[in-house]
Amino acid sequence: MSLDPSFVGRTYPPTAPYQVGREKIREFATAIGATDPAHHDPEAARSLGHADVVAPPTFPVLVTMAASRQIVEDPALGVDYSRVVHGDQRFAYTRPVVAGDELVCVSTIEEVTTRGGHGFLTTRTDVSTVDGEPVVAVWSKIVVRGEA
Amino acid sequence: MELPTQTYRVTRADLVRYAGASGDFNRIHWSDRVATDVGLPGVIAHGMFTMALVGRAVTGWAGAPDAVVDFGVRFTRPVVVPDTDEGTEIEVSAVVKEVTEDGLTRLDITATCQGEKVLSQARALIRTTR
Repeated sequence: MSLDPSFVGRTYPPTAPYQVGREKIREFATAIGATDPAHHDPEAARSLGHADVVAPPTFPVLVTMAASRQIVEDPALGVDYSRVVHGDQRFAYTRPVVAGDELVCVSTIEEVTTRGGHGFLTTRTDVSTVDGEPVVAVWSKIVVRGEA
Repeated sequence: MELPTQTYRVTRADLVRYAGASGDFNRIHWSDRVATDVGLPGVIAHGMFTMALVGRAVTGWAGAPDAVVDFGVRFTRPVVVPDTDEGTEIEVSAVVKEVTEDGLTRLDITATCQGEKVLSQARALIRTTR
């Protein structure tokens, strides 16, 4: 699958704010078996200096989902989602996500390549609070598999 | 320095729970029919579920749930989860590569399932002093 390299550098409009809920963090932590009290108990989180329960490190993917959809579903880019495989994922944190955060995502296409019939798309999503405080930068590389 | 290996059992029930908690309802993570139709051996774990388990190992080693500064992986092989009570197992190990002057520790991580590596370039940078 060939992706249009002219999309490199394109930045998408900010997503609607994602309200990080305490119960969502607890539910996510439970689903991955993360039992540290700071994921579940606000008092435990406060004793570490956080305003409320702390999200596990990969929780930001829930926040960036809408931003990823903006790109993958951009008709001009033309990704066939049924052929998408997750390649790489990376998070660089300014601070952890905590309950009560209202987070906005701005995504930029960093790299578009085609190799061996497969398309590779790397996006960077900057996640910040509605007040503009940076929280985490998230990189995701997807592989769009070519027709065999 | 090698860190103690962590072993996580993964069953279909875990995948269903992760799908609900994460909002990733891709059918290859719960339907054998759909998974085999797209050429997979069967239902596979969400890559982000595997990464989340690795994240658990990392925060456990760090001794703090908020210690991760940078965390990245490449997904190289799917984790096939059979529809049995036992499911499968993911083993996560790591070596300390470096401790920086500003108190950050760099880990090189290995994650395997059924003896095969499922990730490459799995690295984390953790804060080891508060």
